[in-house]
Amino acid sequence: MATSTEIQAAERSFQHHFASIEQQRDTATFGMWMFLLTEIMFFGGLFCSYLVYRHNYYQAFVEGSQKMNIILGAVNTAVLICSSLSMAMGVRAAQMGNRKLMVILLLITIVFGFGFLGIKAVEYHEHWTNHEFPGPNFHFETGDPAHPATDPLHTEIYFGLYWAMTGLHALHMIIGIGLVTWLVIAGMRGAYSPIYYSPVENVGLYWHFVDLVWIYLFPLLYLISHKHS
Amino acid sequence: MARPEQPHDDEYTHVVPASLYISIWAALMVFTLITVLASFAELGPFNIVVALLIATIKGTLVVLFFMHLRYSPKLTMAAVIASVFFLFIMFSLTMTDYLSRGWATFAGR
Repeated sequence: MATSTEIQAAERSFQHHFASIEQQRDTATFGMWMFLLTEIMFFGGLFCSYLVYRHNYYQAFVEGSQKMNIILGAVNTAVLICSSLSMAMGVRAAQMGNRKLMVILLLITIVFGFGFLGIKAVEYHEHWTNHEFPGPNFHFETGDPAHPATDPLHTEIYFGLYWAMTGLHALHMIIGIGLVTWLVIAGMRGAYSPIYYSPVENVGLYWHFVDLVWIYLFPLLYLISHKHS
Repeated sequence: MARPEQPHDDEYTHVVPASLYISIWAALMVFTLITVLASFAELGPFNIVVALLIATIKGTLVVLFFMHLRYSPKLTMAAVIASVFFLFIMFSLTMTDYLSRGWATFAGR
């Protein structure tokens, strides 16, 4: 049960224009969902351009995707799934009022988040040194340079989408780590209780959403086809 | 789950059992392995169908359980379904353009 200090803290967080603390919580969570739905459309535009160019230049996309490190990509998928588990368990600890467990689980989530970004940085470095970044230094060869199997300009589009989509995703990861850090600090100060934990719940929703985006990015960018043309 | 300090489900909110979260995590890990292995099978045009099907199963598990959609008000469920619907409108209207280019021929072109 919530202690009297927790009830006092929850009363301080209760805003007068809500009918009840439950209504306040439902409103905050619905607002977070509304934000995440705009995020779906935000990433959706990039997924849509991916769809158009993959349809137009399928073979060039296959060539580009074969430069991806599938093992690092799969490990990163697993790291994100683990971070989602620790986040979900952290929210659960907040719901049960177990402050210490919540802080530990959120710290584990941050560690997984940095692990993901570290592995991503290794991949980015590899692509950068291989001239697989779109722009004047982009260089891509398939087969005989005099008779390339695909137009390198089309593979450049693949890498443009790769950097834009994974880069936007990585930016969301960095913001997510910042938000979870804020939860850890506020949580250690005793800001949350089983009555009031909306920030934990809603940052959790954000974190899982970022995981969800990666669940689609991984097969679409890394696993197009392994068949060599 | 006999923790005396745990609030009742209906008193504050729905607390999902830890074992369910761990089962979802295990399912997501298994599906990740399956999607990598499936990509090495030559299924022609069905490779992308299998990959997207597995991703959608994983995504549905994340949304329903990790994001508590299953335990949320019906309004939230309606908003999420509407969002996916409009995402597909964006995809399909864009592709009606790109897929149909070159279908029609006009005199003088």
